[in-house]
Amino acid sequence: MDVLRRNHVVLTGPEDGPPVLLAHGFGCDQHMWRLVEPMLSATCRVIMFDFVGAGRSDRTEWSAARYSTLDGYARDVAEICRDLDLRDVVFVGHSVSAMIGLLADQLEPDRFSKLVMVTPSPCYLDDGEYRGGFSRADIDELLESLDSNYLGWSAAMAPIIMGNPDRPELGRELTNSFCRMDPRIAQVFARATFLSDNRPDLAAVRVPTLILQCAQDAIAPPEVGAYVHASIPGSTLVTLDATGHCPQLSAPAQTASAIRSFIDEPR
Amino acid sequence: MDRRRAQIDAAVAEENAGSDALYEDAPCGHLSTLPDGTIIRMNDTLLSWLGRAREDLVGWRRFSDLLTVGGRIHYETHLAPLLAMQGTVGEIAVELRTADGARLPVLMSSVATRDDDGNLSRIRSVVFEARDRRTYESELLRARREADGERDRFQRLAGVLQRTLLPPQLPEVPAIETAAYYHPASLDEVGGDFYDLFRLPDQRWGFFLGDVCGKGASAAALTSLARYTLRSAAVHDPDPVAVLTNLNSVLAQEQDGFNPRFCTVLFGILAPAPDHATITLAGGGHPPPLVLRADGTADFVDLAGGQLVGALADPVFVRADVDLAPGDTLLLYTDGLTEARVDTARNRYDEHDLRRLAGSLAPASAAGIVGSLTGLLEGFGDGLDDDAALLAIGVART
Repeated sequence: MDVLRRNHVVLTGPEDGPPVLLAHGFGCDQHMWRLVEPMLSATCRVIMFDFVGAGRSDRTEWSAARYSTLDGYARDVAEICRDLDLRDVVFVGHSVSAMIGLLADQLEPDRFSKLVMVTPSPCYLDDGEYRGGFSRADIDELLESLDSNYLGWSAAMAPIIMGNPDRPELGRELTNSFCRMDPRIAQVFARATFLSDNRPDLAAVRVPTLILQCAQDAIAPPEVGAYVHASIPGSTLVTLDATGHCPQLSAPAQTASAIRSFIDEPR
Repeated sequence: MDRRRAQIDAAVAEENAGSDALYEDAPCGHLSTLPDGTIIRMNDTLLSWLGRAREDLVGWRRFSDLLTVGGRIHYETHLAPLLAMQGTVGEIAVELRTADGARLPVLMSSVATRDDDGNLSRIRSVVFEARDRRTYESELLRARREADGERDRFQRLAGVLQRTLLPPQLPEVPAIETAAYYHPASLDEVGGDFYDLFRLPDQRWGFFLGDVCGKGASAAALTSLARYTLRSAAVHDPDPVAVLTNLNSVLAQEQDGFNPRFCTVLFGILAPAPDHATITLAGGGHPPPLVLRADGTADFVDLAGGQLVGALADPVFVRADVDLAPGDTLLLYTDGLTEARVDTARNRYDEHDLRRLAGSLAPASAAGIVGSLTGLLEGFGDGLDDDAALLAIGVART
């Protein structure tokens, strides 16, 4: 199987630069990294990909059985690392991919040198003392909205031409792929994401870890970032002056510079 | 925090300068927010849809506060990134929460504007009520689900019916190896290929493989008729030509002019003996079977001249005797195999190709040749547009 084609793997930056693997989260695809990628690829070997089912991945390789738990996505990451024989990788995972990275590190323990978790949450559901930010009813409502607003999710995912008249090719590219996901696939990914609980895995992380969070985030609120920070031994927490769940888009320069200084830190 | 407050207040004042009736009373909602979603202007129409007072929302709440939880996640994970990257989104279906907790389905289009430094400064949106569209969509979705369910049910039914027309597994024949394979052309329809192997008195065995015209329910009925006629005719008079003649009379009575009822069949009687087996075959319009010999050769059994069963009042059926030594295997197949398209130029796999392949595979056991041909059939992919059936009978090597 051709993993690089299956996951639409894109490599940029100098071949001998330190490898940085960028993993997108639930919603959209590797285009989420569009604004930070140029800032990283000046010195780093940047590897971007789409999870199977997202973006321009090979959807014929998708199966509900494999991708209904985060382990399936972690296997995508592990297989890309094996295929490219990546060593000393800095893994950058956005949103749910922060936890996918942690699971991939368990599958391939000697590949990752550092982990960067961008707006992570180990568990979206409230549970006793723990505040994930969502009740079970909230998540059921999300899954129900994916179901009932089927055409909304699918049609809404077909974006219109980008406001980029000087680079029309970008508009076409995005029109064809960006943020488009078969609602059935999105449903499975949403369930895997929002019903996962990786809290027990946090304490076992052995690689240096940076947690990037936003001051305001409706999906992963600051308390959740603080919980991840407290649970991963020796981790660093940086709160960006940004709002929303996607600082790589709302504050790309801050995000890229935080990632770069973390890459440059001696281990 | 005060600095933030002052920024929001200034933005509210700037955005609301020069209000007019066209904006406030437009037949659609108007909404302006800061890049972080803070609402800085909303028109009367949208406020009335939401049942909210301007002073409760403008300058205080974020757009995502108006969404259902599902909508909020959708917004943060899909729409906010799209807006940040494309600067615009169009006809997005979202649900807003009104003051009394009800859901208001809307379609929304948004444009992000940037300041002189290129930073996002405002997001301006128009909002259209979409209750009717949502009802229509739900109806479409329900119809689609129903159609999916019906198709699944139909495929299950066709699958069950198909299985009743084939033996669940071939009976064990002492010192004889057998194997069979059936590939349905479609999950939606019962195919027209059939085969069977069954015990007769005096240590003899009957077997047949055939192909009825047509597909679907009428083919299933015809297959069922052919199968039971062949079985009972063989008990009555096991001479293969007599069996086919009997089937011909039965099918001829069934013809009604509108639904032609005929088939091609190979029928055989197998008589295992110590160290070999004799087979008497009769063919009615069916592609000739192959014998793969222990010495590595493969040849057709000559049944040329046999005519379709059920189509003529007095058809000719041709008989042949085959002796199988240890290591020899007889292969029966349907034209699904020999008429599969092998390329886009409409070239088809044919009997010569099959004989060449059989020659390269011989000697082969029954399971071996059926296994190889199963692989070949699967390799045809979409080129295999008809049903295909295989039945192989061989004498075990000693």
